[in-house]
Amino acid sequence: MSAATALGTARVTPVMARGRSRSWQRWLLWAMLIGFATLFLAPLYVMVVTSLKSMDEVRAGTLLALPHALDASSWGKAWSTACTGADCQGLRPFFWNSVMIVLPAVLMSTVLGGVNGYVLSKWRFRGSETMFAMLLFGVFMPLQVVLLPMSQILGWLGIASSVWGLILVHLLCGLPGTTLFFRNYYAALPDELIKAAMLDGAGFWGIFVRIVLPLSTPIIVVCLIWQFTQIWNDFLFGVVFSGADSKPVTVALNNLANTTSSVKEYNVDMAAALIAGLPTLFVYIVAGRYFVRGLTAGAVKG
Amino acid sequence: MGALSIRQVTKRYGENHILKSVDLDIAEGEFVILVGPSGCGKSTLLSVVAGLDSPTSGRIVLGDRDITYLAPKDRDIAMVFQSYALYPNMTVEQNISFALEMRKVPKAERRVLIDKVSRMLQLDQLLDRKPAQLSGGQRQRVAMGRALARQPSLFLFDEPLSNLDAKLRVEMRAEIKLLHQRTKTTTVYVTHDQVEAMTLGDRVAVMRDGIVQQFGTPDEIYGRPATRFVAEFIGSPAMNMVHAKWERNRLYARGFELPVSPHAIAMVQAHANEDMIYGLRPESISFGPPGTGLAGELKMIEPTGPESYAFVHTAAGPFVVRVPGKLKAQVGEPVSLVWQPADVHLFDAVTEARMSDEPLQLAVA
Repeated sequence: MSAATALGTARVTPVMARGRSRSWQRWLLWAMLIGFATLFLAPLYVMVVTSLKSMDEVRAGTLLALPHALDASSWGKAWSTACTGADCQGLRPFFWNSVMIVLPAVLMSTVLGGVNGYVLSKWRFRGSETMFAMLLFGVFMPLQVVLLPMSQILGWLGIASSVWGLILVHLLCGLPGTTLFFRNYYAALPDELIKAAMLDGAGFWGIFVRIVLPLSTPIIVVCLIWQFTQIWNDFLFGVVFSGADSKPVTVALNNLANTTSSVKEYNVDMAAALIAGLPTLFVYIVAGRYFVRGLTAGAVKG
Repeated sequence: MGALSIRQVTKRYGENHILKSVDLDIAEGEFVILVGPSGCGKSTLLSVVAGLDSPTSGRIVLGDRDITYLAPKDRDIAMVFQSYALYPNMTVEQNISFALEMRKVPKAERRVLIDKVSRMLQLDQLLDRKPAQLSGGQRQRVAMGRALARQPSLFLFDEPLSNLDAKLRVEMRAEIKLLHQRTKTTTVYVTHDQVEAMTLGDRVAVMRDGIVQQFGTPDEIYGRPATRFVAEFIGSPAMNMVHAKWERNRLYARGFELPVSPHAIAMVQAHANEDMIYGLRPESISFGPPGTGLAGELKMIEPTGPESYAFVHTAAGPFVVRVPGKLKAQVGEPVSLVWQPADVHLFDAVTEARMSDEPLQLAVA
């Protein structure tokens, strides 16, 4: 009896101690999280406030202060009149170039990645694993390696220095990644679903469209966000493969910031950078909630 | 509708022989069970019949059609999977009608079939639900409804009850049996559960290592197991087995003389090998008055309610005895075991085949 009591008290004490230390750790955790969040958000804050200040106020050097009066004129200038090298039409034409490149490249690489993943996980054939391994190689390949051969190929195809060339390059470079996403997602879909559909009389495309695609929303969203961010933010291909009027917005932003006139207009630079970054931000906010969805949960096991 | 004939089907993956020449002839309307331990090839055989896997050699004939190399969708076979494999994105109704739609059954006719099947399986209230909103038993019923609506010539079941809890399993087992009695569709049912095998099957095929060891009615399987393996696999608690030796026209197990029927003596004398396995079902043994039969010590009692299992150590080896009701005895008590020589099963110790004066029904490779 007494032994049991002793054991009981001995067990209670460390639990209480742990409870105290846990709340202490929680404070530290919060402090660190808030600290890092501030650190990461500070540049964005500076960019936003600077873009809304007049040049006089920027020159005053109060980097962190809020603007005295909201002045959105630098946004207008960045969008339509700022000089990117010789021509002065702002970011607008290049922004639309980026949209023209991103939309087809993202959609096509996602669709093809989906079909690839479906085949590589559910319709395996002799050599399909090797093929997948080679595709994986494409995910890790440094992109600089393809610059020369790719420009050669674009030249042969007659789409060098055009939006079409950039679409093709991004489609090809995105494919290994999207295939990997879909293949791994589909590997977790029970094979029995496919077998049941085969016995029910559905064919390759029937199963894909009626059974597999409706279960793919989360991975499609992940893929779209990933591809959108990758392609929108691309600079290397944009700089190498674009012509004078097919430059994407990232290249134009660089040119805008590097075009030296008498004064360095920080507020215009900041507004331009924000304009170039807004679409990716928008995509994250709109589609982000799909990231955590698991649609097949509870659908199969009893 | 049709009889299913599996002829000399083999399946190899590299050096790995999953199926070693399987022959089964299943009559139209028959309910046949494939039973065996995991890895015995029963599920592979089912996949081969369904067309989800192709055999290395052999033929499969359904009715008068050779379906060995037909695509699954052209075989007119429906299958219920262990995981049910319901389409998570579709409602119950869509799940059931999917196969009909794929087969281009007109909408009005689909409606009629869905109504019929859902009434038969009490799914009427659930037609608008998604599989995720169903309980295990309901999912099981939807899976059966999906198979049933197609009115196939052959039903395949791949361990359909193993994801259910014990109570539901018994209910669904009865439901499957009733369903078969109503539809009379030829059915092949894979399980590793011997109770399912014995209760559901018109005939049972016991498989091991890619070979059908015995194919017969549940009575034959239980009453005249063709091999030692079948004898041990079917029946719970398992059949008691003792190693026995034929010496000086008597059968001995560690010095104890085992009772044998005259019929068996003639059989054993004709047999070349003198080492054998002496088998007795637990229910064939009973407790005799002290001094008779085989003496032993009661080591443990397992009461199950309607019957009790007594574990007895004897000079010849351990025995399990099944007694009806409650056993009024104390652990540690000396007991003596008696049985009828006619209830004895004898197996060759080397080939493990049943000793019989009848020709063996099955070739054991």
